[in-house]
Amino acid sequence: MPYLVHSPEDRSTMLETIGVRAMNDLLVDIPQSLRLDSLQLPDGLSEFETMAQLSTLAARNRVYPDRLTFRGGGVYRRFIPAAVAAVTSKPEFYTAYTPYQAEASQGTLQAIFEYQSLIAELTALDVSNASLYDGATAVAEAAMMAHVHNGRNEVLVSGYVHPEYVQVLRAFGEGRGIKVRKDGEPNKKTAAVIFQQPDFLGLLVDPRALTAAAHDAGALAIACVDPISLAILAPPGEYGADIAVGEGQQLGLAPSFGGPHVGFIACRKELVRKLPGRLVGTAHDAQGRRGFVLALAAREQHIRREKATSNICTNHSLCALAAAVYLTYMGPYGLRQVAEVSFKRAHNLAERLTALPGWEPAFPERQFLNEFPVRLPKAQTVVRKLARKGILGGLDVSRWFRELKGVLTFTCTEVNDPRALDELLEALAS
Amino acid sequence: MTEPLSFELSRPSVDPPRLPEADVAGPNPSDVLPREALRSRPPGLPRLSEPEIMRHYSRMASLNYSISENFYPLGSCTMKYNPVLNEAAAALPGFAGLHPYQDEDTVQGALELMWRLEQALCAIVGVDRVTLQPAAGAHGEWTALRMIAAFHHSRKDVRTEVLVPDSAHGTNPASAALSGFQVVEVKSGPDGRISLADLESKLTPHTAALMLTNPNTLGLFEREILDIAEMVHATGAMLYYDGANLNAFMGICRPGDMGFDAVHMNLHKTFTTPHGGGGPGAGPVGVKAELVPFLPAPTVERTNGHLALDYKRPQSIGRVRSFYGNFGMLVRAYTYILAMGGDGLSQASQDAVLSANYLRKLVEGDLEMPHDGPCMHEFVASAHNLNENGVRALDVAKALLDRQFYAPTVYFPLVVPEAIMVEPTETESKATLDSFALAIKEIVAQARTDPQGLHDEPKNLPVGRLDEVTAARRINAYLQGQSEDPILRWKAPSASTSEKAC
Repeated sequence: MPYLVHSPEDRSTMLETIGVRAMNDLLVDIPQSLRLDSLQLPDGLSEFETMAQLSTLAARNRVYPDRLTFRGGGVYRRFIPAAVAAVTSKPEFYTAYTPYQAEASQGTLQAIFEYQSLIAELTALDVSNASLYDGATAVAEAAMMAHVHNGRNEVLVSGYVHPEYVQVLRAFGEGRGIKVRKDGEPNKKTAAVIFQQPDFLGLLVDPRALTAAAHDAGALAIACVDPISLAILAPPGEYGADIAVGEGQQLGLAPSFGGPHVGFIACRKELVRKLPGRLVGTAHDAQGRRGFVLALAAREQHIRREKATSNICTNHSLCALAAAVYLTYMGPYGLRQVAEVSFKRAHNLAERLTALPGWEPAFPERQFLNEFPVRLPKAQTVVRKLARKGILGGLDVSRWFRELKGVLTFTCTEVNDPRALDELLEALAS
Repeated sequence: MTEPLSFELSRPSVDPPRLPEADVAGPNPSDVLPREALRSRPPGLPRLSEPEIMRHYSRMASLNYSISENFYPLGSCTMKYNPVLNEAAAALPGFAGLHPYQDEDTVQGALELMWRLEQALCAIVGVDRVTLQPAAGAHGEWTALRMIAAFHHSRKDVRTEVLVPDSAHGTNPASAALSGFQVVEVKSGPDGRISLADLESKLTPHTAALMLTNPNTLGLFEREILDIAEMVHATGAMLYYDGANLNAFMGICRPGDMGFDAVHMNLHKTFTTPHGGGGPGAGPVGVKAELVPFLPAPTVERTNGHLALDYKRPQSIGRVRSFYGNFGMLVRAYTYILAMGGDGLSQASQDAVLSANYLRKLVEGDLEMPHDGPCMHEFVASAHNLNENGVRALDVAKALLDRQFYAPTVYFPLVVPEAIMVEPTETESKATLDSFALAIKEIVAQARTDPQGLHDEPKNLPVGRLDEVTAARRINAYLQGQSEDPILRWKAPSASTSEKAC
């Protein structure tokens, strides 16, 4: 049988050493009425047959080429340097456990420390944690931090925040008795104002005004940001946001039908003790050598139990490693190049799309980076037509927002080459 | 042998990587965006060439122990071999390249895989439905408790307390608290099993659920599980199963048959998806029929061979994660289940129990065994007998590291002083177990002759024991504004922070 190491002879020797006659003698504590004869599952397969089945399932999915994917909505096609997979597929990284024994886990700990430093630099905030599951749970965890910090029981979601993030926020909030309010002004019940920059539609909000409004009401400002946008846009730390969160999929991770990706969270130092999850810091050994350890563990569930800041244990370390390799590969100017190319191509595409008869910008007065909403006649027919030509067209956002009937958001990054833009336009014209 | 940080290796003169140019007419951000919307200076990311980056990460990798090279007897963590086939399957472009918002008709294979995985997990743990959305075990615990809360709420039954045994994982009480429940602790009896008398005294009309793992964290099967289930159900409460120890009994028995109403599973333990140095994992939750209406949306439904996502679930607790969960990990787990089959999974659990009992036998003369055997897939020993020589469980752990073994879980569960919790799993050979037992014997002998030598270990690793107390003090100083050194991140020496504005 695959992956099992004991031979029948090993098994009998081991039973003999233990001093029992048969395997069943070791299972005597299980009531007889609960014992199974076998599992109601087919017998195992050879590796060849297993992979054949998996390949058949994979072949029943349609994969659109990167360059012809114009759909985003939280998951984006980006160029992924080969260095990322080369590092994350090293067994020393991907088959290690959470680094409880620091001396035997310095590779993982240093990689997380570098990831924390990179996220802190990117967001211009003091401290980042070791990672969260995704952008949605990062928003929810940030809201819980605000609630614990100021004891207020409502969070205000401003504008078009990713609808699935808001749904997760509601589910988290319900357990803690925290209400989620959409739009309006913050008041003295408001624990935090949450906004997304750029928002779910790709449009820029005014983070300075939103942050100031939050602070005027005594609430925290939580900025949910696109990490690549921070090569261009003012980072949360520059406009005074207290907590920055976001989805890190764009930093070297495949779309993979929505996961695993990685959520990031960074905050001002006054809030560090409320941060959920792991934190890595530096420490020294008796010889004065620098090493890395899990730090401030007294916030966490294995020490604090029901009083912990969060229940998170396993997080998304390997995805954070991918993000660290990606950001190190890009450096400040590579990241900026990626952001600017995406910006330019998206603006080029927006201009050409809104020149089509009946197509218009859904919010003409607002700026965007590399994702934008357009209103058009027969949006769903257009998407189907593009699919027939092998193009994954814009995202129909009316699925979440009734007032956006007929609106598609298109996204454009460095992988959508100029010829791909032409092909999109040609497909629409045909 | 330590490795500098990428930030310390960075040189400002290094060229950025070669990337595509825009090659279309379009504005630059600074042409159209207001100045206050723009970043004032570039982020302080390191600047390194690709050869330097690759060497940097390769050197860091060499500082790690991992299951690919080392025995990892970490109790309750189920560190077993991660089949390389799983990785190949998850990397198939037909899975890795899927956008979560593609039309359902174009992702039938992915939905079919999720549906089949759900069926397999239902068969293994004995439940009616499974949600694959939770991203990790603790996330699954919390999801299950939200469903239990919603169930009671739907019956206008006000229940505010969740019972948690004193031997439980820390995530159990944390998840209960985050779900809005008061945590009430239930004591273990002298035999290491839950005290029925204490349980009876804690069960009230306010009890929403009892959280239990079976075998418990001491590696012991709760023999009276059927009585426990009856007591819990008689008060109208639910029984929740923590799947940390599922590797003990696949094909031997099922939590659903024991009376559990909700069951979480760690695909990154029992079902061999790699731990990744701390995730990503996946924490699906299985439920019995009465909890099905409360499952997170969407669920995957199959009608006449057509797969669909069902969002119309009015009693659902909502969404616990974006999209559909950690799909890449679901592919890996399904690959493992297909390759193993029902026969292989049953043999895996039997071998896990056999290995644990064998190793227990080999070391029972060296360490204290606070509870009688047989154990299931893991056992808890105690280094209490070494205390008279000034040697603690931590010293045993560090000495094992020096002998090329990762350390067992120590000081958990909390109910055993000086606990050393060992879970060998079914993928470690008898020869490995023998050499581990030999290492324990050597260490115990050294505890008598040279305790100071043990306090100085590890000596053969990149760093020795790290001074966490001083580190914590320095973090405090930073957080209280008394120091500029953040400890929790790299920070440029203050002289060189003024990179040019952009």
